[in-house]
Amino acid sequence: MSGMVEKRGVGLWLTHAGLILGVLVIFFPIWLAFVASTVTQPEIVRPPMPLLPGDQFFENYREALVSGVNTPVARMLANSAVMALGIAFGKIAISLLSAFAIVYFRFPGRQLFFWLIFLTLMLPVEVRIVPTYEVVARFGMLNSYPGLIFPLIASATATFLFRQFFMTVPDELAEAARVDGARPMRFFWDILLPMSRTNIAALFVILFIYGWNQYLWPLLITTDPSMNTIVMGIKQMFPSGDDVADWPVIMATSLLAMLPPVLVVILMQKLFIRGLVDTEK
Amino acid sequence: MATVTLTNIRKSFGPNEVIHGVDLDVANGEFIVIVGPSGCGKSTLLRMVAGLETVTTGELRIGGERVNEKEPMDRNIAMVFQNYALYPHMSVFDNMAYGLRIAKTPKAEIAERVANAAKLLQLETFLARKPRELSGGQRQRVAMGRAIVREPDVFLFDEPLSNLDAKLRVQMRLEIKALQRKLGVTSLYVTHDQVEAMTLADRMVVMNAGDVEQIGAPLEVYERPASLFAAQFIGSPSMNVLRGTAAGALVTLANGAVIEAAVDAKGPVIVGIRPEHLAPDPQGPIALDTTMSEPLGWNTLVHGTMGGTDSELVASLAGVHRESELQGTMRFSVAASLTHLFDAASGRRLGG
Ligand SMILES: Nc1ncnc2c1ncn2[C@@H]1O[C@H](COP(=O)(O)OP(=O)(O)O)[C@@H](O)[C@H]1O
Ligand SMILES: [Mg+2]
Repeated sequence: MSGMVEKRGVGLWLTHAGLILGVLVIFFPIWLAFVASTVTQPEIVRPPMPLLPGDQFFENYREALVSGVNTPVARMLANSAVMALGIAFGKIAISLLSAFAIVYFRFPGRQLFFWLIFLTLMLPVEVRIVPTYEVVARFGMLNSYPGLIFPLIASATATFLFRQFFMTVPDELAEAARVDGARPMRFFWDILLPMSRTNIAALFVILFIYGWNQYLWPLLITTDPSMNTIVMGIKQMFPSGDDVADWPVIMATSLLAMLPPVLVVILMQKLFIRGLVDTEK
Repeated sequence: MATVTLTNIRKSFGPNEVIHGVDLDVANGEFIVIVGPSGCGKSTLLRMVAGLETVTTGELRIGGERVNEKEPMDRNIAMVFQNYALYPHMSVFDNMAYGLRIAKTPKAEIAERVANAAKLLQLETFLARKPRELSGGQRQRVAMGRAIVREPDVFLFDEPLSNLDAKLRVQMRLEIKALQRKLGVTSLYVTHDQVEAMTLADRMVVMNAGDVEQIGAPLEVYERPASLFAAQFIGSPSMNVLRGTAAGALVTLANGAVIEAAVDAKGPVIVGIRPEHLAPDPQGPIALDTTMSEPLGWNTLVHGTMGGTDSELVASLAGVHRESELQGTMRFSVAASLTHLFDAASGRRLGG
C-alpha cells in the first residue's frame, strides 16, 4: 500500500519533470523572441545571442506600435481585427442561416444546395484563389475591408456543424413554438440561437484565429501598406536587398501579433467550458 | 371553449394512407381519449387537429369554423407533447409566458395568468428555474401550464404521461382529470394505455391501423365492445376469445363444450369472455387446463388453455388464492349476459 503511494509519488514527479521540460522546449523560441524585442539591434547581431531581457522594452514596442517599418503596427493590428472579426461573425451568421434553411424548410433543391455547400469543403482558399482574385478585383474591392472579408466568409464547415446541431434539436420544440405562435424567424431568434450559443462561442474562437492567421489572401489583395494585416505585415518588414532587418521591432511585432488570438482563447474559454459542463438539452 | 368536428378525415404520407376516414363530434367541454396501439395513427390525427400536419381530405371544424387551412396559432389550441418540449434555455416563467408574449399580451396580464397557472399546478416556487432543474413530473406540469395560460378553446395531449414512472403517472392522471373538470376545456388526449383511456375519458375513440373501431363512453366500450379489436384492447387482462359454432342462443366451442350466449346467431362465431367474468363452477362447461398463476393480491390470474384445445384462456379470480388450489383442470361457467359474440369473418359485434 505504502509502496504504491511512494511509487505514485515518484511517477508524479517524473511526469511533472517531463511536462515542464516539454513546456520549456516549446516556450524557448517565444522567450528568445521576447528577449530580442527588449534589446537593441547591435546587441542582437553580436553573438552570443542574449538570453535575458534588456532595457529597451518600452522603446521597441512604442516604435513598433507607432511607426513600425512600413506601417504602424497599431494600424496593422486594427486591420487584422476588422478582418478576423468580420470573417468570424460573417461566417457564423451565414452558416447559421443556411443551416436553418436546410434543416427546417422543405424547398425544391434543398438536397442539391446542401451538397453544393458541402462540395466547397473540398476546395481550400488556395485552389480558388485566382478566380476569386479576378472577381474581387473587378468589383473594385482590392485594398478594402470587404475585399479582405467577403471571399472568406462562406463556410461549409460551419454550416455543416450547425446543421448537425440543429438536427439534434427535437422537432417538438419547433412544433411547440409554432403552436405558441412563433413564425420561423422568431423561432430562430428566440429559441434556436440561444440554444446554439455554446457552439457559436466555440466556433467563434476557431474562426477568429482562422481569420487572424490569413496570410496568402491579404498578401494578394492589399498592395497599399495601410491595408496590411499583421500576419502578412511581419513578412513585409523584412527588407529586400542588403538593408539590415530591424530585429527588435520585428520581434516586438511578432509578439503583438500573437496577443489577440491568445486573449480570445482565454476569454472565450470560460464561456464554452461552462457550456460543456452543463449541457442543455 | 369549443366543439371539434371531424368529417371523413383522411391522411396520406406520399402514397401511404395512414388515416382512413375518421368522423368525430366532440361536444363543448368534453374529454375525448384517442386510444390504440402504437403506430395506429393517433398522433397523426391529433397533429392534424393541431395544424402541425395538413389534412389530406375531409373537413375539420373547431367551434363550428373550418380550420383546415389555418396555422396552429390561429386555431386557438394548446398542445402538450410527450417529451414536454420545454424551451431549455428559458425559465419556467418564460416558458409559460412565451406564447402570450408573441400574442403581445400586456405584461401585467401575462404575469397574472402565469401566476394563476403556477398556483393551479403548484409551480409557484419553481418559476425562476430552468427546465433541466426540474423533475419529470414538474416538467410535465410546466408543459401543462404553458397550455393553460393561453386559455385555449381546445387542449391537445399527445401521450403526456408516458415518460413518467408508474406512480407519478397515476398521480398526474388524476391531476389532469381534475384540471380538465375545473377548467371545462374541450380536450383531445392520445394514449396507448387503456387504463388512462378508461379513467380519463368522457368518451374514447378506439383506433386500429388508421380506422376507428368504436367511439363510446369507457364503460360502454367495456360492456358492449363493437368489435373484436376494441374488446381485446380495452380491459386487462385482455378478453378471452374462443371460436365456436352458434345455433340459436347456444354456442358449441372447439372442444364440444356448449355455452349459452346472450344473442341468437348461426354458423361460425367468436365468443368473447372477460377473464373476470369466468366464475369457478365444478359443473361449469368451460374447462381450463392451468399452466401458471399470477397472484396480484386483490385478484389472481390463472393462465392455461381451454380443456382439450390449445386456445389460450385466462381467468381472473377475486382475492388471494394459493398456487396449490390452482392445479390441474379447473371448471368455470359464465352468465349468458356477460358473453360477447362476434362475427367470425368481420370481427364485428353480433346482436345488440
Ligand atoms: N411524417 C411522416 N411521414 C411518413 N409516415 C408517417 C409520418 N408520421 C407518421 N407516419 C406513419 O403514420 C402511421 C401512424 O403514425 P402515428 O400517428 O405516429 O402513430 P401513433 O401515434 O398511433 O403511434 C405510422 O405507420 C407512421 O409510420
Ligand atoms: Mg404517437
